[in-house]
Amino acid sequence: MLLVIDWAMILEKFVLITVVVMASLGIAMYTTFAERKVAAILQDRRGPNRAGPFGLLQPLADGLKLFFKEEIIPNFSSKSLFILGPGLAMLTAIMTSAVIPWGDKVHFFNRDISLQIADINIGILYVFGVVSLGVYGIMIGSWASNNKFSLLGGLRAASQIISYELAMGISLIALLMVTGTLSLKEMVLQQQQGGWGGLLSWNVLKQPLGFFIFIICSFAECNRTPFDLPEAENELIGGYHTEYSSMKLGFYLFAEYINMFISSVIMATLFFGGYDMPFVNEANLSPNIAALVGIIALMAKVVFFIFVFMWVRWTIPRFRYDQLMHLGWRILIPLALFNMLVTGGLILYFNK
Amino acid sequence: MSVTTLLFILLSVMAVGSALMMLLTKSPVHSILWLIVVFFAISGHYILLNAQFLAIVNIIVYAGAIMVLFLFVVMLMNLNSESEPAKNYRLHLIGIISGGSLLLVLLAAVMKIDLAHPVMMKVGEAGLISKLGKTLFTDYVLPFEISSVLFLSAMIGAVVIGKKD
Amino acid sequence: MQALTNRVKVVERKPMSLWERLYIPAILKGMAITFSHIFKKKPTINYPEKKRPFSPVFRGLQILNRDEEGRENCTACGLCAVACPAEAITMEAAERAPGEEHLYREEKYAAKYEINMLRCIFCGLCEEACPKDAIYLSETFTPADYQRKQFIYNKTDLLIPHPQEDPEAYKKALGNRAKNQTVN
Repeated sequence: MLLVIDWAMILEKFVLITVVVMASLGIAMYTTFAERKVAAILQDRRGPNRAGPFGLLQPLADGLKLFFKEEIIPNFSSKSLFILGPGLAMLTAIMTSAVIPWGDKVHFFNRDISLQIADINIGILYVFGVVSLGVYGIMIGSWASNNKFSLLGGLRAASQIISYELAMGISLIALLMVTGTLSLKEMVLQQQQGGWGGLLSWNVLKQPLGFFIFIICSFAECNRTPFDLPEAENELIGGYHTEYSSMKLGFYLFAEYINMFISSVIMATLFFGGYDMPFVNEANLSPNIAALVGIIALMAKVVFFIFVFMWVRWTIPRFRYDQLMHLGWRILIPLALFNMLVTGGLILYFNK
Repeated sequence: MSVTTLLFILLSVMAVGSALMMLLTKSPVHSILWLIVVFFAISGHYILLNAQFLAIVNIIVYAGAIMVLFLFVVMLMNLNSESEPAKNYRLHLIGIISGGSLLLVLLAAVMKIDLAHPVMMKVGEAGLISKLGKTLFTDYVLPFEISSVLFLSAMIGAVVIGKKD
Repeated sequence: MQALTNRVKVVERKPMSLWERLYIPAILKGMAITFSHIFKKKPTINYPEKKRPFSPVFRGLQILNRDEEGRENCTACGLCAVACPAEAITMEAAERAPGEEHLYREEKYAAKYEINMLRCIFCGLCEEACPKDAIYLSETFTPADYQRKQFIYNKTDLLIPHPQEDPEAYKKALGNRAKNQTVN
């Protein structure tokens, strides 16, 4: 007897994985375009508008350019690790999307297909674990380049991500105390029911401080301004990807944008109701329409968060390194601990 | 042979193989990377034992934090075979003694294995987070608290060392 | 110390208050400022589709002029080359042969007339130096090119179109700057 496999299930998951990965790649591509456009608009410029209508083909042109650039591997680098670095960065960036509930479920071919690749009961911890691995791509690539500036950038990235992971984890613990579950799907379901169209049950109202800490930490985890010290151009040339060229550089840049997309999705899911469209009762709609509405709602929230990421980038200058560490260890972690204690106290007080 | 057995064999080969690679590679950075692969294989075993929480915590804590620090230090000091200090016989002796005692403990554990009742895969819920939390805070509350005191003392020690300018 | 003017602004160096040390209000203020820029008018002009009008004193690419009958004005006197501070102009003179009266206005003409556009600073001194109104600066740019030698403009590049054979192109090339074309 060997391997009894539900082939339909495998096929369904395979299609879902392909769609999710392709969608995240496409969204990341257009995030680069959006970044340039938003930057331009915030600075009273026009931004790219030559390639295609409104410059919409610009990401394709950028990608094509990266593909056709010369692939350079430095002589004194460790070759296998040099190639492994960007691959790992990309892998960890995409892996996170596995546990995110993109919508409720769709009904095709007499099957209910859940729009979540894997509903595991440790959902948010999985995200956390994969994010903590994201630093390896940067570290390995920076070390393998055999370049001082790359190495400094990689070390900065490592210490920054480790420092902010702590505050992020503690702020999440407070959230988990409120929700009582680790599964992202259940968190979304909890946030769907509530007064005023479901808006009142959004976790951001229960955990405003937690959300605030979480968003700051996710800026740091994505290496976005004001925390983009690993690639501070004026100090470190290009930071950890100084020696990289062609599509390997493209992978690093792309991974950053996918990370941004994924952390926007996670913020929307954890704190802003995920695929819950406020003032719409999904139970009254047919499942496919409800799923579509859910995906649109989620994407709208994600677009908003991505805009916030860019908005902050073009407003706030970069931190100095000691300020970064001061903020992480001496402000955010005590604040997150305080938030956790207050949340625990309130839960005990109201539930006794 | 079921899927689980197949995965078990795969993960075991991966774990043992990368552990050997970790010992045999010359470069410390490569050693650390192989060690990370070992942690992944072990996490895979935890998942087979239906202990998802342990698996993911293993990845977060060991692969995600401790190994990053190891890598950090090794990369910063640029350790390689040339800069390695020559080991004298006393270090060798200490290594043999500690390794030998670990081997003794492992052998004792293997001898005590009850082969009639192997750990079943995919059954039992001891590794799930709710069960684990209840067990830790009821049956094992004293060891749990003692270990947290240990961590606290380690933290204080780190602060003291860091303060000494 | 006494200030020299009354425009001195004293900078306050007080330690920041708690409200200021929170940074969040300042960050929100900054974000409000950047957000307000979304609604501002963009000063950029989409260049090839829309062109900004030149000012009347704009000095562009040189043009070698002809008179109404289409004869070249230039007599290769060399005054422009002497006046040129960048030494961008070189020329070779030749004598007009019998039967070429419809080509050249005077007895002497420029057989070769070159301007190196990489050296030219578009100061307009050649135009001022010219006694025959043979050269003036038009309202066009020097277009980009891939080779340096393409920037050495010779007579075929510089000469204005023939006013009788191609009056429209002549009018267009003449522009508004060459005002008194009829100088004797």
